[in-house]
Amino acid sequence: MTDKPIIQVQGLEKSFPTPNEKSSTQVFGDIWFDVHEGEFVCLIGHSGCGKTTMLNILAGLDKPTNGVVLVDRKDVRGPSLDRAVIFQGHALMPWMTAMANIDFAVSSRWPEKSREERRAHCQEFIDLVHLTGAETKKPSQLSGGMRQRVGIARALAIEPRIMLMDEPFSALDALTRGSLQDELVSIVHARKQTSFMITHDIDEAILLADRIVLMTNGPEARVCEIVENTLPKPRSRTNLHMHPNYYPMRNHLIEFLVNRSKNFKEEIASASYDPKKPPVARPMAADTTAALAAPQTIAM
Amino acid sequence: MTTTQPPWAKALALSIIILGVFLLSWHLFVLSKQGPAVKMDPELAELLGPTAKGKSAIPSPADVGKEIWGHITNPFYDAGPNDKGIGIQLAYSIARVLTGFFLAALIAVPLGFLIGMSNVAQRALDPFIQLLKPVSPLAWMPLALYTIKDSETSSIFVIFICSIWPMLINTTFGVANVRREWLNVARTLEVSSWRTAFRVILPAAAPTILTGMRISIGIAWLVIVAAEMLVGGTGIGYFVWNEWNNLSITGVISAIFFIGVVGMLLDLALARAGRLVAYVE
Repeated sequence: MTDKPIIQVQGLEKSFPTPNEKSSTQVFGDIWFDVHEGEFVCLIGHSGCGKTTMLNILAGLDKPTNGVVLVDRKDVRGPSLDRAVIFQGHALMPWMTAMANIDFAVSSRWPEKSREERRAHCQEFIDLVHLTGAETKKPSQLSGGMRQRVGIARALAIEPRIMLMDEPFSALDALTRGSLQDELVSIVHARKQTSFMITHDIDEAILLADRIVLMTNGPEARVCEIVENTLPKPRSRTNLHMHPNYYPMRNHLIEFLVNRSKNFKEEIASASYDPKKPPVARPMAADTTAALAAPQTIAM
Repeated sequence: MTTTQPPWAKALALSIIILGVFLLSWHLFVLSKQGPAVKMDPELAELLGPTAKGKSAIPSPADVGKEIWGHITNPFYDAGPNDKGIGIQLAYSIARVLTGFFLAALIAVPLGFLIGMSNVAQRALDPFIQLLKPVSPLAWMPLALYTIKDSETSSIFVIFICSIWPMLINTTFGVANVRREWLNVARTLEVSSWRTAFRVILPAAAPTILTGMRISIGIAWLVIVAAEMLVGGTGIGYFVWNEWNNLSITGVISAIFFIGVVGMLLDLALARAGRLVAYVE
């Protein structure tokens, strides 16, 4: 992870007009955070805080009411091949085979490539997500997990600068989700892929993220705090919970989701809260002295 | 007794039984209508038709079967304007239906595509479509005859006007309801509008469009018979009317049979085409 931010979210706000169209409801506002090169950032929040809207704005599919998203210091004006999206549903074209779905993306990225070159390129990513043998299958012939693998391969195959993921595993059963998370960890780690993921799964966030952005409940959701993952990399599901920092991390996040996400307004009233620099927390085991070392840390 | 018969075998057996019962009751009904022959000059009796000879006016299944077989074995004879083989008449009708149908498709599909892409166009054109859709195609006939002044072209126009609506409405609906996700995928991949139209929207809407086409061809085949009865000259509709004028109920019944068979084949062809573009979500 370097200090060079790829994504800069600055004062982002999204409001929707109320049914009588006289006023508007702010879903979230005054959102500031960065995603750095090679970093994996997760955004956690309850449903209704505008997580998907936020991701769509980052992807360029939706426009903010206020504020900007900068990618490489340039204003996001629309979707780009630099930002691949893995959608909540797999969003595969059901009339195309797994290979054709990936090729649709690859040929959009490199229209000049020959059929053979594209084929070899697609095959590389099919193999990467362990779908070798399923190339000619249609999405309806694949299991839920395999479909999302095709979705991941499609996103990775265009070699994007940033991968944006909208709860990619939420529709899968726990076992499938686990194995896909493991694979995503190793792929992202090996490729140093800058990623931004939306989730409501705490364990998923702890496993995958370098930093976790906590969003309070909507309407008028804010970034409550940014949690740095204190668990060392590489992380794996099998031994994650053995680390002394695991439970402090987990409890911190649960405490947030259960209590603080809804009482945040009182919390900022009593503390010095600067939306441009949301407090940073580094939950650690009690015997680790650096627990509250960061200057902007809020005491738990 | 075997209990492992496939379901289609049972269905086929039942179909044959139903057909048998139908033909038998038809035959018995015709038999019951037969009375003694009236004594008269045989030439006059010939002119007055079968009833004068003591036979029922309704032909028996065997008569109709014989007639149908006659048409099947000799479908393409041409013995003057009022006596052409049923194959020729059907070919005329099919040609008209297909011409009108494909002209309609040529306009309805691209137009429906454009309307489906735009919310404003959808709302703006909806009243016109809703108003014109329920009009019986035959109501257009006088207008067509007056403006086009050619019966052949007029009947093609009537087919065109009746097949355009289901295709237009279904194309619009199919295009407007393409899953947002798929369009978003295309957008994030910076796919051009043309490529999105052909690689995403068209395949996504194809099953709905094909359903519209299937409805259209069904309506077109219904309408052509009536249209040809009006304009006359050639075609299966004219054939039916001509047989009626000849008081040949046998001819009318066999024509009904052939109309049914061709309609079924047209529907089957479109159903096949629909299966080619179908997808499972």
